[in-house]
Amino acid sequence: MYLGRVVGRVWSTVKNQNLTGQRLLVVQPVTPELKDTGRRIICTDATGAGAGELIYWTRAREASFAYLPEEVVTDATITGIVDELHIKRAAAGETKC
Amino acid sequence: MLIARVIGEVVATRKHASHEGLKLLVVQPLNLDGTERGDAVVAADSVDAGLGDRVLLTLEGFSAMSAVGRLQTPIEMAVIGVVDTVELKG
Repeated sequence: MYLGRVVGRVWSTVKNQNLTGQRLLVVQPVTPELKDTGRRIICTDATGAGAGELIYWTRAREASFAYLPEEVVTDATITGIVDELHIKRAAAGETKC
Repeated sequence: MLIARVIGEVVATRKHASHEGLKLLVVQPLNLDGTERGDAVVAADSVDAGLGDRVLLTLEGFSAMSAVGRLQTPIEMAVIGVVDTVELKG
């Protein structure tokens, strides 16, 4: 799963019937330090996330498993809304593998 | 699989029902020389890994879902081991 922030919404009237009723949100991937990283992506939403919210999303085939037994045609789904992130990176001098 | 470092944890109350009770770790994938490899990701924990641990990370759905015993759920990354040592020759 990846961290991201909801930055927009896509409206589509003509779409595959297996997308009917799905909210399509624009997500900006972010780092644990909440800096933007990479390019924006369109996600379906399994959580009711809103604009500006920090979320985590699931990629690939597993994204559609959020809707089983419905076969929603998606490759990216918002699967959780993040309340808190507890991050502690090691100080400089990462131990070598 | 990749080696990664556990750098944090996600707290989420509103989430997909299949994620209830899962520990979600923020892990930073690493190169074999210990440098960071891309951005940190969120992975389900199957080995009770802790902050700072060096772990084995799978990025494939079936193995991730199997590891946490939740097949057919939206989980594609899981921590499936705690790394003790890595030996490199050549």
